[in-house]
Amino acid sequence: MTILAFDASTEALSVALYDRQRAIDDACFEIAPREHANKLLPLAQTLLDRHGLWLTDLQALAFARGPGAFTGLRIAAGLVQGLAIGASRPVVPVSTLAALAARAFAGQPDAARAQIVQDARMGEIYTATFARDALDAPETPERVIAPQDLAVEPAGDVIRAGNGWALLDITIDSELIYPHARNVAHLAAAAAARGEAVSPDQAVPVYVRDDVARKPAAMR
Amino acid sequence: MNNTPEISTVQRGTLILGIESSCDETAVALYGDDGLAGHALHSQVALHADYGGVVPELASRDHIRKITPLIETVCDSARRAEITGIAYTRGPGLVGALLVGSAVASGLGMSLGVPVLGVHHMEGHLLSPLLEDAAPAFPYTALLVSGGHTLLVAVEGVGAYRVLGKSIDDAVGEAFDKAAKMLGLGYPGGPALAALAEQGDPGAYDFPRPMTKRPGLDFSFSGLKTAVMLAIKACDGTPQVHADIAASFQQAVIDTLVIKCRRAMRDSATGRLVVAGGVGANQALRDRLGAAGTTDGFALYYPRQAFCTDNAAMIALAGWLRRGDFMPGIAAAQATARWSLETLVPPRPTKPVS
Repeated sequence: MTILAFDASTEALSVALYDRQRAIDDACFEIAPREHANKLLPLAQTLLDRHGLWLTDLQALAFARGPGAFTGLRIAAGLVQGLAIGASRPVVPVSTLAALAARAFAGQPDAARAQIVQDARMGEIYTATFARDALDAPETPERVIAPQDLAVEPAGDVIRAGNGWALLDITIDSELIYPHARNVAHLAAAAAARGEAVSPDQAVPVYVRDDVARKPAAMR
Repeated sequence: MNNTPEISTVQRGTLILGIESSCDETAVALYGDDGLAGHALHSQVALHADYGGVVPELASRDHIRKITPLIETVCDSARRAEITGIAYTRGPGLVGALLVGSAVASGLGMSLGVPVLGVHHMEGHLLSPLLEDAAPAFPYTALLVSGGHTLLVAVEGVGAYRVLGKSIDDAVGEAFDKAAKMLGLGYPGGPALAALAEQGDPGAYDFPRPMTKRPGLDFSFSGLKTAVMLAIKACDGTPQVHADIAASFQQAVIDTLVIKCRRAMRDSATGRLVVAGGVGANQALRDRLGAAGTTDGFALYYPRQAFCTDNAAMIALAGWLRRGDFMPGIAAAQATARWSLETLVPPRPTKPVS
């Protein structure tokens, strides 16, 4: 299965091309705030050209569906929707927190669980905890909470990763890693094999933070 | 560069897919050598009504849900294969909303192997009367009146625009909506205010006609809004008095617009006045401009009602008129929140078929 995956959920951006059978596991990654809309498609074309593939050689598109920066999530979703309609291919949305957990596990082969904490802005964090063998289903649902409400997993075989740990009042050893499209592609391949690909119109972000507008008092 | 290895080498006619997502309407259209070939739109008016105005984050969230179904409605996969270029609204507008349209357009352009062009939303409005059978010839003068804009523009040709006058504060549609809100007509209440005005006496209140006594073609509507607020506070609140205030407010706005349009038509002598934008659908305004045109000897042109407000037909049309500007290759998804009309230049000539 050949998959092209995108991540634009933080100030980093990345594109990955993955096909286990063809031994392709390639990616481009940059930290480039506000450049996602400009850079992602040219990087995708670079990857395809490097391996002599066309979009029509893909079986699916994938993207980090969130949580993360709202505009970035929509840029990735929009690019992928456009690519998927034109190429008549399905899309696999992948949790940004699961992609982070996959990346954390890859760096620590002995860890069994990963607690992910991402900066959600507005003084809040996105968080979820994953077991190594169940990245498709977090132990606790993905949620947005105040840092002081986080139950920190006791040390041991738990990796703590993400860019939100600094928001806690206490200092905790953690791995500052960015989401990466390479992990999105790997997780998407597994999800597609389970039949979890969706049509292009269903390739929409999962924001987790859904309370984004207040109605005027008189109209409530 | 394209991503369709089996692409046909047969010379194809131009068929442009247009995508609009600059504010609170998601829209898709097709425009080709034979004219408009389809259009569809999803309005977010109901979504924002409870908030008393457009909430940008909610607008963006709705665009990303609706845009692909609209593309699929306007063109099935066979039709998509005939598209030769994609035009999307690059600005001006809400940056997060614009990025949805530009990202989908760029992705689709890459996968269809066709070039992509970001076009100016206001250019779309200025050119929208060309979607009609009774289209004006160039040059013409355009009055663009909507919730976001109040502009008088000299249109010498595609990409040759000179702003003659603009609002220095509120847009005229914004003034309508704010006055409607003060009268308890909800949001967006412009059309409801116009309906209420029909029951009232337009001479009951002598509201200001801002900036009409001074020379020039600029507009100002915030003082009028204040005058309406004071009138509502001072009145007894009966339905008839509210209708009188609505009628007098609308009369003041229309007088102002008509005075400036007549002045612009006298100065420019194009003999053709185009009226576009949501407020252009106001019947009382149309009646008064029509009478002024008869007296002063200028012709009036309106796009059909559906193309007065934001739509993608005008974006696809602008793309078709600018078909010489499409550049091959993978496009960046651009969004330009602020973008002056006067920076635009005419399109490059289209290459002759070899």
